[in-house]
Amino acid sequence: MAAEKHSPLEQFLIKPLIPIKIGGVDLSFTNSALFMVVAVVLVALLMTAGMGKRGLVPGRIQSIAEMAYEFVANLIKETVGAEGRKYFPLIFTLFMFILVGNMIGMIPSTFTFTSHIAVTFAMAAVVFVAVTILGFVKHGAHFFSLFVPPGVPIAMWPLLIPIEIISYFSRPISLSVRLFANMLAGHTLLKVLAGFVPALGVAGIIPLAFVTALTGLEILIAFLQAYVFAILTCLYINDALHLH
Amino acid sequence: MSDTEKPSDIARLEARLKEAESRRPPEDTRSERSKGLSFAFRIGTELVAGIAVGVGIGWALDRWLGTKPWLMIAFFVLGAAAGMMNVFRAVAGLGGQVGYKAAREKRADDGKAGNGKKAG
Repeated sequence: MAAEKHSPLEQFLIKPLIPIKIGGVDLSFTNSALFMVVAVVLVALLMTAGMGKRGLVPGRIQSIAEMAYEFVANLIKETVGAEGRKYFPLIFTLFMFILVGNMIGMIPSTFTFTSHIAVTFAMAAVVFVAVTILGFVKHGAHFFSLFVPPGVPIAMWPLLIPIEIISYFSRPISLSVRLFANMLAGHTLLKVLAGFVPALGVAGIIPLAFVTALTGLEILIAFLQAYVFAILTCLYINDALHLH
Repeated sequence: MSDTEKPSDIARLEARLKEAESRRPPEDTRSERSKGLSFAFRIGTELVAGIAVGVGIGWALDRWLGTKPWLMIAFFVLGAAAGMMNVFRAVAGLGGQVGYKAAREKRADDGKAGNGKKAG
């Protein structure tokens, strides 16, 4: 029991807070769900409180809200262009949800819901399915030309088309694995190193220094992972819009 | 009097602002560095994801057709190729594009416009 309590992986344990069972399916409200709700409420509060005053000279909260808006708007402008504006709500929602989720996870004794592949893959699958539908709506059956590399002799098609299809289906995998693996690895490493601090006595100051430095790095990674998720969503939308 | 005071105040402020600005590290290098780091995060998983999807498809087809283990071996190789192609595309600045033509045109456009902007 004691060993279990100090396990560096214990922080990822999902605990049901309000057990709900409907037709044999476990729909319990868990700690993961709780922190997702917290993230959504925080983002909603930030945006409503930030834009409530509409000051010409922004206050602190308004500055944060405007910075977040401008950051995502610029990201879309750079990668997709003017047509990408329509997809701003989706990308902004994903970016803020992941960013706030990652940042909440940096507060000790909270739960990092982005460290579970079930969560990240659900988001990646939504992006993947949405982008595929978008491609079909915009281009119809011509969308399949995505899998045929142009300028390649027909003799090579049987080899290249499966590669292209695998490449296409690897998108949601790489999108979800990248986010979840980074969060999982970072938080595990922090816990492992922190475990050395009391064990080493006075020399524990060395791992303590490492943990402090790594916490800074983890905050950077928390931001970068949200950024990468958003930019790749933009790139995929761009691909679906501008087919060859 | 306010006429003589105001310009000198503004001039002094301007000088101080300029001085403070010169001390600041250029914004570009900082954002470039974090962009490079985010790019590095992308590359590693692209390679693994291609192999994972290839093996997954091969395994599923094997189970369905009863051809164990041949399709899995074949799709492992194809998956590795797909992973490497993903990495190549990302590094060459072709974006997440499946296929080449659109990206090639985009690059030609970029070359013409003179802004060698990489998609990602």
